[in-house]
Parts: sequence; structure tokens; C-alpha cells
Amino acid sequence: MAFFDLKGLLSPITGLKQFGKKPHTIMFPDVAEHASDRYRGLHFNKLEDCIGCGNCSTICMNEAIDMIQIAGYEGKKGDSGLRPRVDNGRCCWCALCVEVCPTGSLNLTKDYIFVTPDANDFLWTPGVDNKEKGEQNISFYSDKETSLSDYSRVPMRELDGDVRIKSFAEAVLGYNEEEARKEASRCISCGLCTESCPDHMHIPEYINAIARENDADALRIIYDNNPLPEMCGKVCTRRCEDVCAMTHRGDAIAIRWLKRYATETAKNADIIKEIVNPEIKEANGKKISIIGAGPSGLTAGYYLALRGFDVTIYEAKAKAGGMTFYGIPKYRLPAESLEKQVGYMQSIGVKINFNTRVGKDIDFKEIYNNSDAVFMGVGFEKPWTLGITGEELNGSLQAVTYLDVINGGGKMEIGNKVAVIGGGNVAIDAARVARRKGADVTIVYRRRVEDMPADWEEIEGAEDEGVHIMPQGIPIEVIGDKNGKVTGLKFARAEMIPDPDGGRPRPKQIEGSEDILEVTSVIGAIGQEGDYSFIPDDMKDQIKIERGRFVVNEDKQTSLPKLFAGGDSANRTADAISAIADGFRAVKAIEKMLIK
Amino acid sequence: MREKTTTLYLGPQHPGITGNMMVKLQVQGDTVVKAETHVGYLHRGFEKLMERRNWLQSFTIVCRICVPEPDPNEENYSRAVEEIEGREVPERAKYIRVMTLELARIATYLLWYGGQSGSAGLYTMGQWSVGDRNYILDLFEDLTGGRIYHMYIWPGGVRRDLPKGFKDKVLRTMDYIEKRLDDYDKLLFENSIFQKRAKGVGIIDKNKALEWGVVGPPLRGCGIKSDVRIDDPYEVYDKLDFEVPAMEGGDVWTRALIRRFEIRQSINLVRQVLDKMPGGEYYNKIPNPHKWTIPAGDAFVKTESARGEFGYYMVSDGGNKPRRVHVKGPAYVHGVSLLENLLEGENIADVSFIMNSLGTCPPEIER
Repeated sequence: MAFFDLKGLLSPITGLKQFGKKPHTIMFPDVAEHASDRYRGLHFNKLEDCIGCGNCSTICMNEAIDMIQIAGYEGKKGDSGLRPRVDNGRCCWCALCVEVCPTGSLNLTKDYIFVTPDANDFLWTPGVDNKEKGEQNISFYSDKETSLSDYSRVPMRELDGDVRIKSFAEAVLGYNEEEARKEASRCISCGLCTESCPDHMHIPEYINAIARENDADALRIIYDNNPLPEMCGKVCTRRCEDVCAMTHRGDAIAIRWLKRYATETAKNADIIKEIVNPEIKEANGKKISIIGAGPSGLTAGYYLALRGFDVTIYEAKAKAGGMTFYGIPKYRLPAESLEKQVGYMQSIGVKINFNTRVGKDIDFKEIYNNSDAVFMGVGFEKPWTLGITGEELNGSLQAVTYLDVINGGGKMEIGNKVAVIGGGNVAIDAARVARRKGADVTIVYRRRVEDMPADWEEIEGAEDEGVHIMPQGIPIEVIGDKNGKVTGLKFARAEMIPDPDGGRPRPKQIEGSEDILEVTSVIGAIGQEGDYSFIPDDMKDQIKIERGRFVVNEDKQTSLPKLFAGGDSANRTADAISAIADGFRAVKAIEKMLIK
Repeated sequence: MREKTTTLYLGPQHPGITGNMMVKLQVQGDTVVKAETHVGYLHRGFEKLMERRNWLQSFTIVCRICVPEPDPNEENYSRAVEEIEGREVPERAKYIRVMTLELARIATYLLWYGGQSGSAGLYTMGQWSVGDRNYILDLFEDLTGGRIYHMYIWPGGVRRDLPKGFKDKVLRTMDYIEKRLDDYDKLLFENSIFQKRAKGVGIIDKNKALEWGVVGPPLRGCGIKSDVRIDDPYEVYDKLDFEVPAMEGGDVWTRALIRRFEIRQSINLVRQVLDKMPGGEYYNKIPNPHKWTIPAGDAFVKTESARGEFGYYMVSDGGNKPRRVHVKGPAYVHGVSLLENLLEGENIADVSFIMNSLGTCPPEIER
């Protein structure tokens, strides 16, 4: 190449034509900052939507997110009360926190300019520190489609409604291994469920174990504070699922079905014992008596026996389980399942004296005086009556009585057309049992279907089986013929009156809407109460009872220091898991009182 | 008379290239007699970091392995995971991935224009090309939400679908860049300063190139046709019409010409991709990342990055984290062993110039 290259010198000079052109770069602050509609800038959190699950904090590999307490947000059911605080000095704006936020409250915005002389200012709480211009600037968000949370529950296989009503075979078939692994892998381990469970079961831990394909571990974790897990796995009221983080955009994790899966991997009591392999402490010589082999009594018995106490349970009936045996129909909780769990308890040293009614077969005082501590889990046996005319008629009965007879293997004639009054689980149970006995069943409930306290799955199950539900129906009178046999139920329609205080609407009878439903039986299911006649009068004075329930302290201790109580007769939640929690709590207190 | 040998330290603060490394030069007068590279100033170690992060968390750090061109890392990482797991990727996602990779290649070459000309003292060129690169970064911002670290290609597909009107915007930008390339030619390739600086400098011996493990534009600049996109097509490159350029010479000048050609080729590829892109899903959703496990197995995948063949070897032990990820990038060869060889006998002023022509990227050496 010649040294003098004219083209090589002149060509670059053509660049001068660019002179005076508008520059590419945007000068800040002369031109307002601009960011794209998908920009990953500073965080913004919709505080009201956030539930403090901490999933953002868990996924953040830079440890840029801490969950902190902020003013105005208290922890409550389904909300830890904590909110994310972002260290903008650590954040890399990868937005994984946004992708995994189960509620979609956490977003990134178009804001990206943040200048401060103080390094501590980089720690700020989205939604608090950028309250003013945060929400309208949201740019990077994750909707249900893009979210990495899996909102769809693995469906539970069930028998078809028309097959179900032909027998008392278990309606729910349970997850198989593949289904359980898939369902378990949806869990984000936030632990909101644990807080909500009356017994504070280690839910994320056992779900993790199932996801890790370690069912034995799951069973051991479950048995740490619940000795009736298979029962809970089938029929628990599952408050845990109500607060599951996934419910905000989809289906709750099937916590109950996963527990059921883990417990069903142990086919009999021996296998449970082999897997759980509990440490049983040496006998400490203390004698504990328990009245009632319901969930609370069995729980207290199991954990006390493990701790070396000499435990005897007195049960009035022929089978253990209390309401879970005699109240819950067998298509929900088969007798073999309960027998397996109780059998395991007996195998580790829990003694149960069946057919022994305290107050009749054995004196309460005698038990009390011969024991170092007594736990009462006597439950609510006595049904409430409807309080309307005609209840004494032949064919007007109470659901718990009906269920007690059928579950105990007995027979009861109810005819072919039945009205069940009530909207709770007991009402649904009675209706579905009557349906299986061939009756045409109508549930009459004062409020709307969405107000029914019964489990939604139970309501759906009943509808699948052909049970009619008549909402906003107020029973007025049970009508009978001259032989004293029920022939109909007089009822009225109700309109819903909104509660000015924001509570649930109240039903108000519509004048002139009375009608008659022709039925052969009326089954009332509006509640039960306790029967404490087994306690001698002189002792009753010393035991504080309020509104039909024993008054207990946090340790489930009654006003008599040696006497503890749990379950329906001591708590207001009236479900099996609360009873188990009571039993577990009492165990700790009894151990503290007698040993340490 | 023997000239005195002096030791000269180039770097470690950005020695004319992106990233921190140091070259210890023994010089006699203006001539380098021995060059010794020193890396380790970035304190990274992504491969090890990934062993402590779950499969999704690891995805967000791989882009940092090469700052100017993060996308091949994302693509490699994702494809390795998909290969071990057997996860299907929707066809549309594959097209979007190729578009992203080619846009990244253009952006990288535009930045290279700046580095290559800047190290020759031609600063206007760099301001133009880096300014024009911003238009590509605008596209990335629209598409991914980030200008530099896109974190866009992830296992199962891509993170979001194309935004509304994106296709037209890409085409407009491509037209603009294509037009600007003529200006660049006048400013750089027709410039006698650049020609004199680039021709016959930093010559890679064609016979040794393969032995040394040279890849990408430096290899093609030796007249050896080698390109992963053609030799071992991934994503949808086998459905696109293009060819590999190769030129004899092996010096900085040929390497520059190869890149100049490849920018045009990439513009063409982006147009083809947009033309052929099917509709449908863009993402085969992964399960809950906290509990996402990948069956035991291993995979080696590679892409053609702007600097050459880029490979990931990944091992899963069946858990929720990678057991081992090994990143095989071109910079280790180009920036350490090859560079030391090439610099011997060159002028001090050409050290950064040669480093730029090889596409040396210290973050990738210290992956």
C-alpha cells in the first residue's frame, strides 16, 4: 500500500455530515426518564395484597429481601404481618421475586433513579417508601399465566355420585404416588398453614418430605404432634388450606390429601410402629386417667404413654374415636382406618377400657382420687332440638343420634323422604347417609349455600349424590298425622338482610311464603352440647363451667389443678384437630406438673 | 549492543477491553519480548456459585459470565437443563431465542467496533457504534425489561412473549443499523490509519489455530470455516439460510472484516426469524422452582457466540441444584494462551488492539 492513500484519508472525513444531528443519548434531567413497559426497575409492593409469605425472600439468591414488621400490618390468619424490605444495594433486578409471588402483590416499576448520600437509604420497603408513585409505574409483573407458582391442584379421584350412594365405600380414593409427588411439589413452604393449624402441625416439612420421595420421613414428622393423622388426612376441617398462599390465585395445596397419602403408605399398625419407631421413655410411675377415647383423649394418651406415664382411657362405647367413629360416616372415615391408628397407640402402651361409662360403670371420684392427673375429653353428645312444634313426633330425630346408630352398625327407619335441617358438616353427613339408605333428601338451611359452615367439598359431594339443598328456608313446624307419625315440614322462605356492621347477612322470614315439604322424617342438625352428669355434684361446684364448656387455661387445666379438659367440651372450634391440639397441649402441661 | 528489557504492567483496570485483567509485558524499546497474562481480579466463580443455587436461581447469574453478550450463556444454560430433564421447548420460543441471540451478536459487534477502533485511537467510531448499539438495547429493554442483563431465555422457553408492535420495531432498527454500516465502512474500514494498524498485525498461524483451540471470528479469519450454527445447529438455525464467512490472513484486519460481514448476516438472520416465527406458546412452564428437581444425568451444549464456540457442560445428581456446571468459553483460549503467543514481537501500542481483535473477556475467563 502506498503511503499516501487519498481515499483512506478522505473517507473518514465524510463523518462530518453527522455534525449537528440530534444526539442518541437522552440527557437527564433535561429529558424525563423513559423506561419500557416491561422495565425491571425498583420494586413496588401492594401491601394490602401481600400476605407476607416470604417466597420473594426465599428465592432471592442475593439475600436482598428481608421480611420485616411494618407499622399498620399485624399478623393474622393467612398473613404473617411481615412485608418484604429490599436492599437495593444487593438487588440485581432479576425479578424472580416477582415471578414467584403467589399473590402478585410484588412488582417492579419503571422507576430506576434513586440517589442518596446515605447507604442505609438503599434499604427500603416497597409500597411504603415509594407509596406515591409506585402503583401507576408498575411495569414488570407476573400474572397467573406467567407466574411460577402452580395454582392448579392435582384433582382427587372419587367414586361417581351414583356409585357412591349404593354403599358406604370410601368416596375419596386418595392420591397415588405420582399424584402426591406432583401435588407436594406445588408447596412453597411459606408456613402460613402451620400458624393456622390449631395443632401447628409441621406442614411444610412433611410436604417437603413427600416431594423428596421420602414418605417414611413424612410419617415421622406427622406423628411428632398428631397421633391420628390418617383420620385428619381424611376428614380434617383443614383450616390450613383456607390460608394457603395459593388460594389467592388458585387452589390451595391439598394438605389434607397429602397427609392422607403419607399415612396410608403405612398399611397397618405394625408398619406404623416400625416407621415411626418412637422413643418410649421408662415408666415414671405416674398414673393418668383419661375420660373419653375421642381425638383429644387419644392424643393425650399416646403422648403421655410415650413419656413413660401409665395411661388408662375409659370409653363408654365399644369403639375408640369418639365423634370421629360415631359421628363421621364410614364413607368418609372407614372403621378400619381408625382401628389401625388406635391399634398402633395400644401397641405402644395406651390402655383403653371399652364399654366403661364413667359415672355409671365406674365412679368419677374413684378415678380422680386414684390418678396423678385426669384428662377429660368427653365431647358433646347431647343434640340440640330445633325448638319448634311437632318435634316429639315419631320420625323427628337428631342427626347425631341417627349417625351414632348407623355408624355403630345399627338400623333406624327414616322412610323414603327426609328433610335435614342445618348447614354444618353434621347436617351434610346425615343427609348423605340417608341418601345411601335410599331416601330422597332435602337439606333445609336458613341462609345461603355460601354461608353454610360445612366443608365445600362435602356440599359438592352431597349435590353429586343427588341431595337437594334448599337455602333460605326456615323450619316452622313438624307436621304429623293422627298416629303421631311425621308427614311434613312446614317452612318459610327467608330474605337476607345485610348486617350494617359488616357481618354475614341475617335471614328474615318472608311473610306469606310458608309452604309444606312432604317428608317421612325430619332430621335436626343444628348443634350439640355436653353431658356432664358423670361429675358428682360436690365436685361440679369446684369445676368452672361456662356456656356448656369447661373453663380451661392455656395448659388445658380446669379450676381443679389435677383435672384437665380438651376437645369439644373445652374449646369453641369443635373439630377434631382442635381436640388433638388440646390433648397435645395438656400432655406438656401434665408432664411439667408431674415430672419437671 | 543489547537493549535493556523493561517490565510494563498493562491493566488490571480495563486494559483496553471490557473486564479486568492484567498483562505483564517484558519490553525492549517498543517491542514486546514476552507477555504474561494475569487474571483473577474479578473474584467471580460462577460455576461454584451455581452449585449452591437451585436450578432457577442459577439462571439469573449466568448472564454475568459475559457482560457484553449475556444471551449465549442463558441459552446454553437453559438448553443444558432442558436436555438433561427432557423438557420440550415450544417452536415459537426457539425462534425468539435465535432472534435474541442474533440481536445480541449485533450489539456485541457494535461494542467491538468501539473497542477495536478506540484502541487504535479512532474515538468517533466508538461513539457512533455504541450509540447505535443503544437502539438494540432499547429492543432488549422492550422485550426483556433489562438492557444489559436480559435474564430472558430460561429453561422451558423464554420469559415473556414479544410485546405488541415489537416485530416492526426490530425491523426498523435492523434497517437503520444496516444503513449505518456504510457509514462505519467509511469511517473505519476505508480509513488508512485503521488499515495500516490492522493489516499484518497479530497474525494467528493457520496451521496452529486449531491446535491452540482458536474459535469464532479469529478462526474464520484464518480461512477455516467453523461455526456451531452450521456445524452443529441448535434451536432453529438449521431452518435458516446463511453461510459461514472465512478469509485467509489471520491478522486483526481479517478478523475485523469477518465481524463486519457477520453483522450484515445477523441482520439478515433476524429478518428471516421474524418472517418464519410461528405463533403458539412461548414457554413450557417449569414446576415450583423451590422443589424443581432434574433427573440425574449430564449434558454438553454449545452455541456460537460473537466470540466463538461457547459450551456448557452440566451434571445433575437428581437434586434441586446443579452438581457441576462447567463453562467453556473462547476467552480462556483467546485471552490467555493465544494472547501470550501473539503479543511476542508486537508493538506495545498494539497490545490492546490485538486483545480487542480476539474478543478477550476476562469475566468469562474467571467464570
